[in-house]
Amino acid sequence: MQRRNFLTLLIGAVTSLLLAPLSALAAVWNKAAFETPKLDVAIKSLDVVDEIVSQDILIIAPDKAENGAIVQVEIKSNIVNTESISILVEKNPTPLIAHFKFSNGAEPFVITRIKMAETSDVKVVVKAGTQYFTNAKNVIVLENGCG
Amino acid sequence: MASDNMKMRAQLKGEVTEIKVLMSHPMETGRKKDDFDQLIPAHFVQLLTATLNGQTVLEAQWGTGISKNPYLTFRLKGAKVGDTVVVTWLDNLGKTATQDITVTQA
Repeated sequence: MQRRNFLTLLIGAVTSLLLAPLSALAAVWNKAAFETPKLDVAIKSLDVVDEIVSQDILIIAPDKAENGAIVQVEIKSNIVNTESISILVEKNPTPLIAHFKFSNGAEPFVITRIKMAETSDVKVVVKAGTQYFTNAKNVIVLENGCG
Repeated sequence: MASDNMKMRAQLKGEVTEIKVLMSHPMETGRKKDDFDQLIPAHFVQLLTATLNGQTVLEAQWGTGISKNPYLTFRLKGAKVGDTVVVTWLDNLGKTATQDITVTQA
């Protein structure tokens, strides 16, 4: 019994240690950008200005997705000094899906799986220095994935 | 710190280390209803960070549009066999999980 108590205490202590810096991190989350139903508001909330269309952003996604609940997308930026990649789905209830920031040797590359409510463009915005670049790929969705 | 929540792999191929992460998380949007017509509250991962030997390499912010049981692949330059990659996530309910993996040769 004593040992169990000690373990409970230990787990509690470790958890609180972990939580302290993380709850401070929670303030980082861009609420305005993630909760808006409007694509242009989401983009504005990410401080994006003057997007330049660029074929140096590669988007690999299926032309047709059977199930919108899981659509795998691969994004690679060939733009020099890419700092971040944002993924937006224009016709989702909340368009902003994810924002990835790269540092210390991380390649501007990501593969993830996203939800798509209906047929829509998957829009990617890349930040490089003070400039913003964008590209998009249309994905036909056969079955709604947002529930 | 090990947990059952995440499955990870980090493999060095040439100059690039590819890290694959599969997380266990419901990723509820807050718009779905249960069998009793009640809205299921939003429950989703908001922040994810990855470090290489303690140094931050990736900082992600996610919305509800990431699929259930999130999957992520990212790539690092400059990592060596034996280096440690740590991934930590935090969700909107304050839950968190962390997992580390050692870089191996592909």
